Amino acid sequence: MDNIAGKKSALVWAVHLSTALLVALWVLPTFGLLMSSFRTGDQISASGWWRSLMTQESQLPAIRIAGEEKPADGGYVIDGNLFDGAGAAISHWGTSSKAPEAYAAGDTATLNDGVTLTVQADGAYALKSPASMADMRMPRVFVTAATPPDFTFDNYTNVLFSPLAGQTIGQAFLNTLTVSIPATVIPILIAAFAAYALAWMEFPGRALLVAVVVGLLVVPLQLALIPLLQLHNQLGIGKSYLGIWMAHTGFGLPLAIYLLRNYMAGLPRDIIENARVDGATDFQIFVKIILPLSFPALASFAIFQFLWTWNDLLVALVFLGTGNDQQVLTGNLVNLMGSRGGDWEILSASAFVSIAVPLVVFFAMQKYLVRGLLAGSVK
Amino acid sequence: MNPALQALFVIVIGVGGCVGYFYLSNLFLDKVLFPARGPNAGRNINRANMIRPWLFLFPALVLLAAYLAYPVFATAWLSLHGKTGNFVGFANYASMASEPKFWESMRNNMLWLIVVPALSTAFGLLAAQLSDRIRWGSVAKSLIFMPMAISFVGASVIWKLIYDTRPEGQAQIGLLNALWLQFDGGIGSILLLKLLPALFLLSLIAAFAYAGWLVARPLVTAPRRETALVMAGRALGVALVIFLVWELVTWLAGLFTGTMPYGKPQTWLTIPYWNSYFLMIVLVWIQTGFAMVILSAALRGVPEDTVEAAIIDGANPFQIFFQIKVPQIMSTIVVVWTTITIVVLKVFDIVLAMTNGQWETQVLANYMYDKLFRSLDWGVGSASAMVIMLLVTPILIWNVYNARKEMR
Repeated sequence: MDNIAGKKSALVWAVHLSTALLVALWVLPTFGLLMSSFRTGDQISASGWWRSLMTQESQLPAIRIAGEEKPADGGYVIDGNLFDGAGAAISHWGTSSKAPEAYAAGDTATLNDGVTLTVQADGAYALKSPASMADMRMPRVFVTAATPPDFTFDNYTNVLFSPLAGQTIGQAFLNTLTVSIPATVIPILIAAFAAYALAWMEFPGRALLVAVVVGLLVVPLQLALIPLLQLHNQLGIGKSYLGIWMAHTGFGLPLAIYLLRNYMAGLPRDIIENARVDGATDFQIFVKIILPLSFPALASFAIFQFLWTWNDLLVALVFLGTGNDQQVLTGNLVNLMGSRGGDWEILSASAFVSIAVPLVVFFAMQKYLVRGLLAGSVK
Repeated sequence: MNPALQALFVIVIGVGGCVGYFYLSNLFLDKVLFPARGPNAGRNINRANMIRPWLFLFPALVLLAAYLAYPVFATAWLSLHGKTGNFVGFANYASMASEPKFWESMRNNMLWLIVVPALSTAFGLLAAQLSDRIRWGSVAKSLIFMPMAISFVGASVIWKLIYDTRPEGQAQIGLLNALWLQFDGGIGSILLLKLLPALFLLSLIAAFAYAGWLVARPLVTAPRRETALVMAGRALGVALVIFLVWELVTWLAGLFTGTMPYGKPQTWLTIPYWNSYFLMIVLVWIQTGFAMVILSAALRGVPEDTVEAAIIDGANPFQIFFQIKVPQIMSTIVVVWTTITIVVLKVFDIVLAMTNGQWETQVLANYMYDKLFRSLDWGVGSASAMVIMLLVTPILIWNVYNARKEMR
């Protein structure tokens, strides 16, 4: 657009580069957590995630030798492989934490009582002793090894299917789903009728109502917490799913009405008037003409509301409670950050369980999301 | 009952109930109350049409009134009453104002209110302008837009990994510390951490000063031609610019007088004052995509002939961007700015998840949550909620004013 025919901007490479830099900056944080969620806890604390794609040399946690002893040339021997064939390459090893790099690969170390230990570069070891080792405390081996990239799904199976005490991601996932789907569907319907009335019906006070809706659009929901909790307790709803559905519906309505009214007001007047002349009632016009035509606006609001209810923390904390069986994913994640803040393998996998659904919705329905955003804010 | 089953049940009941309500109430209106038959057919149709809008609006109005309008007044009432429901006047506000934690939240909130919308809009504008000019722009946009779908809590986990700190001597797994340890105080560090930021700050100061001059100029040269409202807006803008410039100058001074703890891993989230910025980055990261999408649409709406005229007049790309395009999308920039401002005022999850207001990072929304649900002090909690409402009110009025203007 900026170039008149034939004149190529000299800045084009700078543009490519700076865009790539910007995108990298924006993607990197998420990517880092994603990589971490596929690494074991030991790997995560041994090196930064950005090293996980390369073969890396690092000191591994101590491995205690175990196995059945076999008689061999006048003594006993225990042999095996430290890594079970995982493909690591040992450069140095040792038998005490004070000198973890005392020996090179292939060296033989002499331990107490004439016991010798040999560790090869591929992890094969042989522990030889003149006497039986049945009662001996087995030595620990500290190895410094170059390990190839290694990823695992264990973190996900752990957080989803075998939760430790206090971790109930699977349950929280179901709870979140239970909260967000009704809280997305119900307001759409209520708002659609209201938006139709505000867009296409003549009655006194219409302009005032639109202004009120616009005003309510920015009311912070923090204000509503205590009064509504009191109201719910008086009504006997208390802290329950019904309460949170109602709350999300109420908080989502202004945006829903505003978006849908803007969209419906832009529909061609002829269609609606023709239908009226043909004898259709307002209800028929709404159901058979307006609703199908407003599908894009309905879809974009549905995405907004779904993302909002899925990602919400405050409303769930207040209206659903903080017990383990009532927790939604975000609440669960905050608890995890408090109680197991250093366990990145659990934290990262849990975070991705909670992020996955919105991300899928986002990438699948981006078109509608953008359209909704534009309808909502560009005048 | 299983909550999932209950949810299904509610969807069916809710949707069925809504449809049933709308259908039956319309049927009742048309067939029973005011049938379009008999001697009064004409009058009945008119009456039915007078009532029908309210049938359509009824559920929405009830919910809006109960869930948004009523709480504003109820909170105002609560903020004026003590624990037993006795009227205490402004005592709650007074006790809130005497708490240093409240003023800390106010100060931090003001900082958030300036920094986050400014950076998000700036980055959004940059991303929009850049990605609109290249072939893979839509992919780039979609990736920058992606954090929008991530919850504030999820984003906090993501960034907490970046800010993670391990004790000295262990491998750093946080990206920021790993980068930080690359600097050892040598010539490279001075170049990258002192000279480069200093140049950046200087150019930023110059840019702000220029922008401030542009805003202030009409006040000096032709003060009579504008309405009081516009002039007040300009004065506010100038005040903001002066504050920003002052802040940046102190940074610049600190850059040269302060010593940096090279070679030591830093616990970023516990460094007072700067930790607020580390939290703000998270929100900027989320909101930039929003700003980009809207500004990119606005940029594409800039009439092409104005750009072509500028090119023919010999304008360079920077002049085209800053002097032709940006002025034409100013109204959209204002909309984006105010929308992000509202998000910032309500920011709660990020602070709760990352620091929970410790180390001087408290913000109003988290302060309020603390008071309401941890100290169970509803009076002071409501008072702080009213402060948030008060801060939102100018935007509320501005929005309503614009909507009314549009309806006419």
